[in-house]
Amino acid sequence: MSALSLPETSARRRRTDKVMRATLLVATLVALIPLLLIIYYLLKEGLGSINANFFTQDPTGSYFGSVGGVRSAILGSLEMVLVATVISVPIGIGVALYLTEYGKDSRFADVVRYFVDVMTGVPSIVFGLFIFITLVLAHVGGNFTAWKASVALALLMLPIIIRSAEVVLLLVPSSLREAALALGAPRWRVISKVVLPTALPGLITGSLLAIARAMGETAPLLFTVAGATGLTFSLSQQMNALPLQIYNDILSPRAAVISQAWAAGLTLVALVLILNLIARAFSRRSRLA
Amino acid sequence: MEASATPVGGGRSVLERSSLSRLPDRVLKWGLISLAVLILALIVYFFIRLIGESGSTFSTFGLSFIFGNDWDVSRNIYHGAPLVVGTLITSGIALVLGVPVAVATALYITELCPRRLRAPLSMLVDLLAAVPSVVYGLWGVFFLAPKLLGAEKWFANTFSFIPWIGGGASTATPTNYFIASLVLAIMILPIVSAISREVLATVPQEHKEAALALGATRWEMIRMAILPYARPGIVGGAMLGLGRALGETIAVVLLIGDAPVIGKHLFSQGYSLAAVIANEFGEATGIHRSALFAAGLVLFVLTLLVNIVARAYVARGTRGHRDAGGTAGAVMVAADEGPIQ
Amino acid sequence: MIGPETSSKGQSQVSTAGGRSEQAEAAPDLSVLGERQGRGHSIDVKDLNAYYGQQHAVKALTMTFVANEVTAIIGPSGSGKSTVVRCINRMHEEIPGARADGSVTLDEIDVYDPGVDLTAVRRMIGMVFQKPNPFPTMSIFDNVAAGLRLTGTKSDNLRERVHRALRAVGLWGEVKNRLNEPGIGLSGGQQQRLCIARTVAVEPEVILMDEPCSALDPIATLKVEELIDELKARYTIIIVTHNMQQAARVANTTAFMLDGELIEHRATNDVFTNPTDERTERYVTGKFG
Repeated sequence: MSALSLPETSARRRRTDKVMRATLLVATLVALIPLLLIIYYLLKEGLGSINANFFTQDPTGSYFGSVGGVRSAILGSLEMVLVATVISVPIGIGVALYLTEYGKDSRFADVVRYFVDVMTGVPSIVFGLFIFITLVLAHVGGNFTAWKASVALALLMLPIIIRSAEVVLLLVPSSLREAALALGAPRWRVISKVVLPTALPGLITGSLLAIARAMGETAPLLFTVAGATGLTFSLSQQMNALPLQIYNDILSPRAAVISQAWAAGLTLVALVLILNLIARAFSRRSRLA
Repeated sequence: MEASATPVGGGRSVLERSSLSRLPDRVLKWGLISLAVLILALIVYFFIRLIGESGSTFSTFGLSFIFGNDWDVSRNIYHGAPLVVGTLITSGIALVLGVPVAVATALYITELCPRRLRAPLSMLVDLLAAVPSVVYGLWGVFFLAPKLLGAEKWFANTFSFIPWIGGGASTATPTNYFIASLVLAIMILPIVSAISREVLATVPQEHKEAALALGATRWEMIRMAILPYARPGIVGGAMLGLGRALGETIAVVLLIGDAPVIGKHLFSQGYSLAAVIANEFGEATGIHRSALFAAGLVLFVLTLLVNIVARAYVARGTRGHRDAGGTAGAVMVAADEGPIQ
Repeated sequence: MIGPETSSKGQSQVSTAGGRSEQAEAAPDLSVLGERQGRGHSIDVKDLNAYYGQQHAVKALTMTFVANEVTAIIGPSGSGKSTVVRCINRMHEEIPGARADGSVTLDEIDVYDPGVDLTAVRRMIGMVFQKPNPFPTMSIFDNVAAGLRLTGTKSDNLRERVHRALRAVGLWGEVKNRLNEPGIGLSGGQQQRLCIARTVAVEPEVILMDEPCSALDPIATLKVEELIDELKARYTIIIVTHNMQQAARVANTTAFMLDGELIEHRATNDVFTNPTDERTERYVTGKFG
């Protein structure tokens, strides 16, 4: 019996394997460090400034005395993003519907899809510039106004909504559509009664994620609404927003203002996270893949 | 072939629908088409307007707008090399720092970590994308920059013999190219990692098994069967990260120092295209304003090009291989949507 | 089904696309691999149990695969035959949730021994898969060299061994002028023989084949079977097949499995003409399958 001995895997190979696997693990931990640090510092520096005043007063912007709160910023953000949502979600889902229901074989649809794809890569400052050129410079209905910011934000949200909606709509099984069509239902009915309801959770998810993204944007706001500190609900005036408030506060010489900026940052991140979590809850409820 | 069915009122057969009942369909179809046309028209229109507004800059300065090194507001001279260089430097360094870490985390998550940790880890990495850029700026200015200044000075001192990177401790300022690049690297990490993860998931099991069956260690299998297959897609992901870094405004304007010069060292101050626009817009008029638009145009074209090339790569990476399914669309949506899907 | 292999007349030019027109083929010639060291080795399986999660796929299997013989394992889908084979080179556990216990002894080495070097085991026990899987980004040469490069085999020695492996499987004539072209450019049958060359290049003792011809056309299948016949002189071959004619053609002994159990294992001729178990008889006569 000639005994068999296994060819030994060299120590070098085993060591390389161990080292590389450890490196990948370490890299993953390194990637998580900034996240932990950011959350930590937001809490550490910001929690202290969160009190009743924070939510009920507007920033005073003064060099001494109370710094006020960020009420106008929070409400302004909510209002402008809400308007942006009202604009972009119907249009976005509409275009996505076109792409999935009518545009499967159309060259034109391919072109649209490509452009939308490319649009997702456009920096947000460019959207701000766009609205500045077309609406602000042209003095359409005033100079810097909140509704123009909403339009800029809507432009930013549009490609995100279109693309995520398209993915979701494509997941609706064609057998469902065909069954409805075979029963004699006209196309618009199939869409409104079969496609949209089935895709709804996924569409909501995509929209919520776009909203979360819009809430955090500063650059488009700089060129369209330019921020004011007073509370207003009028869309045709300058309005405050959380990102704007934070941005302006960073340059302040007052420590109390900086603390408030941290608190505002914490609030903003919390808002974005909540939106993301709700989006996730909806995507779980989706019956599609 | 018309079926000769019983005629209904108006002399048409039961099988024909009245043109009235077809109306909603037509309205819907053409309504949606016009929406799509609107989007296209918007993009084209913007391009034209932007070119229009930048026109006077290029007619005054020509190509030295991009290549000349002299951005002086007080003299109304706008040669934007410092902007272009600063943009490229910060984005480049962000890529160098961020992409390897992002790909490494993607590899770890898809290949090495215990299955039940996959979703939580992915979510955590993706959470980095949820942080608004102004918060990154805030954190960078008040925490990271001061914290790292000492280390930067030490680095500049110890490696002072290396041109540009070194140069002695005195070259390091709190805001500089490096710190801006570092924060950019953190910001592009989630997008590159998400795309890489999607791409890595398309590697067919059979190639991994072929490598293992030959007696490869886990790492050797990754190197032999996974990375070559995934390379085009990962490159595409990196380029999308580059596009993001090129266009980032707020974090950069707060951390790069906003000095309209080409910084002499890694730890000196500089400028970027997006940062100059954000900074100088407030009071810009006339040729200055036009110059800022021109900067916006350059930025727009740059990011457009990078994105177009990037998406070609990602498409190749997830569709080009015989065995891969067409997940390109889902991949890119995953990247844009952000965390928690 | 991959396209049929054709041999062109005389010295026609080699085409790159799809590898359809080839030069005159060479028959497999294992003598190029040099003198065989020692005699072949058998595989002894004792009490092997394999699970996919809760599902008990292989039940207390005990059998011996005799050295330098071809043993076929036949049985209906789900009988566990592929699982058994994947347990032999411990590929089974690569599937998430899968596990196995028992002993699989190659000569005196139990591959399930906790101290055993897994990568060394897999080098000793090679595997050919159902769907030909050459590495898509590698050339023909690099594919065959892949396993050799792992152990640091260098340039001249490497080239020598790659050429020998290609000659051994009878592929040399068809590829010698295009070693740098992508491996996936070959036809299905050629790809499978390429994978066999890749396996043979690292000089294993045992070759496992999991339905190696089920994705090939009849002509390619015959080529591979011809190769298997040559290979058994040097290696111990275990082949899983659902094609009973194939088992009859190539195997010395045949094992019939059903529902994770070994029903019978005898000389191929006996299994097909005179099975002892009624279930074997029903399967080989086609009453179920």
